[in-house]
Amino acid sequence: MATITVNGESRTFDGDPGTPLLWYLRDEAGLTGTKYGCGQGLCGACTIHLDGVAVRSCMTTIEMADGKSVTTIEGLSPDGEHRVQKAWRELSVPQCGFCQAGQIMQAASLLAKNNAPSDAEIVEEMSGNLCRCGCYQRIHAAVRLAAEGV
Amino acid sequence: MLHYLEQEARKVEKREEHRALIENVSRRKVLGGALVASGFVLSLKILPAGAREPLKPYPTGAEGMSDKTVSDPHVFIAIDKNGDVKIVTHRSEMGTGIRTSLPMVVADEMEADWSRVSLVQAPGDEPKYGNQDTDGSRSMRHFIQPMRECGAAMRQMLEAAAAAKWGVDPALCRAKAHSVVLLDDSKKETGKKIGFGDLAEAAMALPVPARDSLRFKTAGEFTLIGKGETKIADLRNITVGKATYGADVRLPGMKFAVMARPDVLGAKMKKYDATETLKTPGVEKVVEIEGVYAVPRKFHQLGGIAVVAKSTFAAMIGRDALQIEWDEGPNASYDTDAYTKEMAATAAKPGKVIRNEGDVDKAFASAKDVLTVEYHAKHLVQAPMEPLVAVARIKDGKAEIWAPVQSPYGARKDIAEALKMPIEDVTVHVTLLGGGFGRKSKWDFMIEVALLSQKLGGDPVLLQWTREDDTRHSFYHTTSVERIEMGVDDKGKVTGWRHRSVAPSIVSTFAPDSGYQFPIEYGMGFVDVPFDIPNFRCENGQAMAHTRIGWYRSVSNVPRAFAVQSAICELAHKVGRDPKDFLLEVIGPDRRIDLKASGFPEDFWNYGEPYESFPIDTVRLKNVIRLVADKAGWGKKLPEREGLGIAAHRSFASYVATVVHVAIDEDGTIRVPEATTAVDCGFYVNPERIRSQIEGAAVMGMSNALYSGISFKNGAVEQSNFSDYNIATMRNYPKKVTTVIAEPQGPDWHTGGIGEPGVPPFAPALANAIFAATGKRLRNLPMGEKVT
Repeated sequence: MATITVNGESRTFDGDPGTPLLWYLRDEAGLTGTKYGCGQGLCGACTIHLDGVAVRSCMTTIEMADGKSVTTIEGLSPDGEHRVQKAWRELSVPQCGFCQAGQIMQAASLLAKNNAPSDAEIVEEMSGNLCRCGCYQRIHAAVRLAAEGV
Repeated sequence: MLHYLEQEARKVEKREEHRALIENVSRRKVLGGALVASGFVLSLKILPAGAREPLKPYPTGAEGMSDKTVSDPHVFIAIDKNGDVKIVTHRSEMGTGIRTSLPMVVADEMEADWSRVSLVQAPGDEPKYGNQDTDGSRSMRHFIQPMRECGAAMRQMLEAAAAAKWGVDPALCRAKAHSVVLLDDSKKETGKKIGFGDLAEAAMALPVPARDSLRFKTAGEFTLIGKGETKIADLRNITVGKATYGADVRLPGMKFAVMARPDVLGAKMKKYDATETLKTPGVEKVVEIEGVYAVPRKFHQLGGIAVVAKSTFAAMIGRDALQIEWDEGPNASYDTDAYTKEMAATAAKPGKVIRNEGDVDKAFASAKDVLTVEYHAKHLVQAPMEPLVAVARIKDGKAEIWAPVQSPYGARKDIAEALKMPIEDVTVHVTLLGGGFGRKSKWDFMIEVALLSQKLGGDPVLLQWTREDDTRHSFYHTTSVERIEMGVDDKGKVTGWRHRSVAPSIVSTFAPDSGYQFPIEYGMGFVDVPFDIPNFRCENGQAMAHTRIGWYRSVSNVPRAFAVQSAICELAHKVGRDPKDFLLEVIGPDRRIDLKASGFPEDFWNYGEPYESFPIDTVRLKNVIRLVADKAGWGKKLPEREGLGIAAHRSFASYVATVVHVAIDEDGTIRVPEATTAVDCGFYVNPERIRSQIEGAAVMGMSNALYSGISFKNGAVEQSNFSDYNIATMRNYPKKVTTVIAEPQGPDWHTGGIGEPGVPPFAPALANAIFAATGKRLRNLPMGEKVT
């Protein structure tokens, strides 16, 4: 039996401890904001926070999350007004939008540890989050905007 | 796209078309009342063109699409008593912004306050909404007019309702910002007004104005169109994780499934053993889904074994434990290396003549120089970030399918057939699409889940394709060899052009494969090259398909623009000319191409558009070249290992030119600090989304140019996931994309496409820039991430 805090709420799970958090969140907890894109930690669409740090939920098992705190896009901000979310809207970043929850969670994790990232640091942190629509230019600009103030 | 393909396969007679047209109109008369149906088809001919009207109705290819267009405000608009406006959005949203942009057109024409508008996504129902095949960059091109008609009609109904209420001449009532205001005799506002909500009931009860009585807004009256400040409707939901994509649909008691499919096209299952699968915790059932093996395969399911479980993960683990033996069949020898050699050998020989003007052999014989160049391109897979997925349920004799689908009505028809149910009992709900790029126009994944639900007694089930499934079981962008020979005389003028194109054709998916391409493919950057070269010949060599060939954003334009725009730059360098000047010179004088005089095929496709409304206009092509050259500072001095490249291409009735600035690292890594694109898509609606499409097209253009390729070995796709199917990442993408949107220079610069036209010029502009920077000419797609 694993106990995980998800968006501030304590939950227990007694299934296969090897289940990736992604599938627990989506299929069991009903939190569908976290997306499946590759299942191999290659695209970043499933990025969530584990104790405040961005991880790929498709590569993070229940076992690895036991006793820890998980934040998903739904829990990033109680009113959806996290500065990264605001910056994303300000610059109209998304096209199809599918990868954006992962992008936003990755950017929020970056800014939580480094409030004034250089361009190189933004690239380094965000480079594992793929966007097939090609919103990278705006993603980069939105991370910068969130850092400097929306 | 599909509609054209079906036409091609069936060779529909014009007479039949005409009959269908009449039936269609009469049916609408019955359904919507005589006024509603006052003749969509006829209206295009009889509408008078007011001198100051910005919208002078013109025919489009929508008339050739199944179920054409509908512009009935009762179908698309509902106004609540409290003034809230609902607008139906009937095209699929895959990232272009169309779900927002078409309702913007309606809202603007009817003077609705955008903040009071909410959107309703239409299910697949073309007889009601008009064509819904969101493909071919057609949504705005085909629906800007019907949506303007719809909005204008609603505006006039609101004005008429206010006039009746006040007992005044309707000419004194003007809709303005969600109210109707009363004017005095000198047409000045009196200050008296009624809100849309108070007029709603009366307005909706009025007859819809006849089409020829509609007054359209003039350019100065637009509040949304052309303004560029409107955010996409789903922006907030996307940023807070509440937007619903295919896999986010949840039904009570819903199961999760994945499926094992054959790796080789046409392979049949010999036997399978699911013993271990059924022992997997969470797995509930395995279900065989029969494939359809008849050729042409169309969008039929491949067949295989579905594993149904309590969660997607359990289903995946269960699938890993399946033992399946396949009888692979004749496509098991498909091998990309060998096939490419065959295509090149075919391209070296004369092929079927598709366009011919003058005498190219004579031109080559008397030329000072003949340059022969050959470009290869691998298959591509669409790889939208959202892998294919769909949900189905059959309850009380009614089937419902939820899916991220580009063509919900086409899907509905085939699903009904597969389920052996009447189409009235099948509903297709459209979710947001996490990218589409052409893959989600093919509904094999929806047929699978519908059949699976049926086999489960109608239980609700979600069928998830893994990324590996998505990569290995697509309808692939073709692989190709494009060979171009060019002759120049002693003055450096191009006198001859012979282009041989060899590529397995999309039509092989829909009709018996002849190995030859068909008008749609010929029309994408092959026969329609608008060069002023007196001896011009296009030939097509045979190439049989061994996988499902489909379409991918921009389709054949990707390899063709790469070949044509690289070739002309190669020739410019050979004769010592500036590539931009040489390109302008080869395009030649201002003109609309005379198809007959230029030796075009009689069935020239022109993106399905009537040529009179959407001609190939060299003025527009040269205009974007000049605009982009100015903006990018063409000719500026750059440091060593840096260079500029230019390319221009017309596709989907829009004109695009791109300048890529390349910088080559010490280790040979190709970087693009800047790309500039000028786009002329005619009369435009949403410049903010045009820019986002062009930015995205540059990134996808970079993926196509440098990274992405699908190859086959022993009949199976060699790639599986983003580990080996590479796309541009944050580490290396065109860092700064600048978009110049060309202002229409005339009332007949009609709205063209925007989703696809940005892609084709990018790869050749990049290849040309690499040559400028290094002197190395890269001719094979993908070119690789480094210049070696």
